[in-house]
Amino acid sequence: MRRTMNIVKKIYVALIFIFLYAPIATLIVLSFNASKTRAKWGGFTVNWYRSLIQDETILNALGTTLLIAFLSAFAASIIGTIACIAMSSMKRRNRAILMGITNIPMLNADIVTGISLMLLFISLGLKFGFGTILLSHITFNIPYVILSVLPRMKQLNPSVYEAALDLGASPVTAFFKVTLPDLMPGILSGFLMAFTMSLDDFIITHFTKGSGINTLSTKIYTEVRKGIKPEMYALSTIIFVTVLILLFLVNIAPEKKSPTDSSQ
Amino acid sequence: MNSKKNILATPYVVWSAVFIVIPLCMILYYGLTDKTGAFTLENIAAIASVGHARALWRSILLSVISTIICFLLAYPLAMILADKKGRAGGFIILLFILPMWMNFLLRTLAWQTLLEKTGVINGILSFLGLPSLRIINTSYAIVLGMVYNFLPFMVLPLYNALSKIDKNVINAAKDLGANKIQTFFHVILPLSVPGIISGITMVFVPALTTFVISTLLGGSKVLLIGNVIEQEFTQASNWHLGSGLSIVLMIFILINMIVTALFEKAEN
Repeated sequence: MRRTMNIVKKIYVALIFIFLYAPIATLIVLSFNASKTRAKWGGFTVNWYRSLIQDETILNALGTTLLIAFLSAFAASIIGTIACIAMSSMKRRNRAILMGITNIPMLNADIVTGISLMLLFISLGLKFGFGTILLSHITFNIPYVILSVLPRMKQLNPSVYEAALDLGASPVTAFFKVTLPDLMPGILSGFLMAFTMSLDDFIITHFTKGSGINTLSTKIYTEVRKGIKPEMYALSTIIFVTVLILLFLVNIAPEKKSPTDSSQ
Repeated sequence: MNSKKNILATPYVVWSAVFIVIPLCMILYYGLTDKTGAFTLENIAAIASVGHARALWRSILLSVISTIICFLLAYPLAMILADKKGRAGGFIILLFILPMWMNFLLRTLAWQTLLEKTGVINGILSFLGLPSLRIINTSYAIVLGMVYNFLPFMVLPLYNALSKIDKNVINAAKDLGANKIQTFFHVILPLSVPGIISGITMVFVPALTTFVISTLLGGSKVLLIGNVIEQEFTQASNWHLGSGLSIVLMIFILINMIVTALFEKAEN
């Protein structure tokens, strides 16, 4: 009875994973497909990987995507961390209002956020392009940083900071030597979250990008009707495999080093 | 010290005022005025026109169905994973986040290849002698796309909630004579309500408002309310109408938040 239950469980998990990874397997297969249409298998080739290196539009879009993701996550980490420090000493009511506003971009629909920012940029007379995309991404990234830094902020022991002041550290030194290192894990996970969100965003970028600039997402969207370039499959396969390898390294390496350090 | 910390709050207060509050006010302004700038409720009343009402109804229907399917698929899965000891469960959870690193438009497009008349799935079905599946460019394909894209958003909060439940509470229920079904309905399910609520919100809102999944898998035959709004802004350039419909959409998101909040209160 118990054994059949276990087998049923394993089959269930396996089926869900087949469902989740079938499209990914499809994309990887398509990246080696010699036929240009995705409907037919025309034999194995690595040509798309070769032509990818020379495809400037795709590489430009990749560059823009990575640059926006990095800059927006970085800016959001700084603004979000400062906001958390400020919020910790705010009056309860003000803090509640600010947290409520922080939750808006997370709870609201992306399409509404995108449209509202587009209307703002138009009324400010800003030129649509890299700058408007960056401002939008910082805006939807800040909440992710705040939500991962704030819990650590609450765990901070204020006496340590005060002890540093008593021992003669200036408030700035005390902050950088005492408070910041304690917050760092929260800031880092907020940064990673923000980076991922920025990388994967399509809808908000779609409304705030203007013509002449593309991230990978918007580039793919414009190619949907004409047919996706096979180089795009090659690029996404490379990205996926890179992340997969990184994930395995990060998860397996520390396990070997410290078998006693388990979270449970 | 306190005044200094108040200065620290300034950058974010200004940022959120300019980039969160003012843009929302602009949607309200555009939605409640016509091209001459005069106040009107026409843009909001436009939701009642046949085409718009149908798109909204379809969006609600498909997103509710997708949310229910996601919940039914994710709950047993989250329970299985929460049972796993140590790092194994956490590692499997990472495998749920991993697909997000492959562009979501490409992943959704890949379903076209899988679902097409002569696609991979039909190839397998005909090989097995089974009738072929014709769901591409229908509402069924859109539901599949929604479930596929948003399932991880349901699994993660459920897993978090379930793995926090103290095993002793479950054992206590068993010691007191509850069978498995009673333990589930009286102990596990109520304790996982916070996870259920955030899971439902995280699936329902993006499913209700999507225009991408319907464009990619509905073959532009099935219009959702997101498609209508997107077209008003990018093709028709009627920002007033688009904003009015966005306000309607926000009302539905608010209703969803209120309902889940009430549900949470009732559970406590």
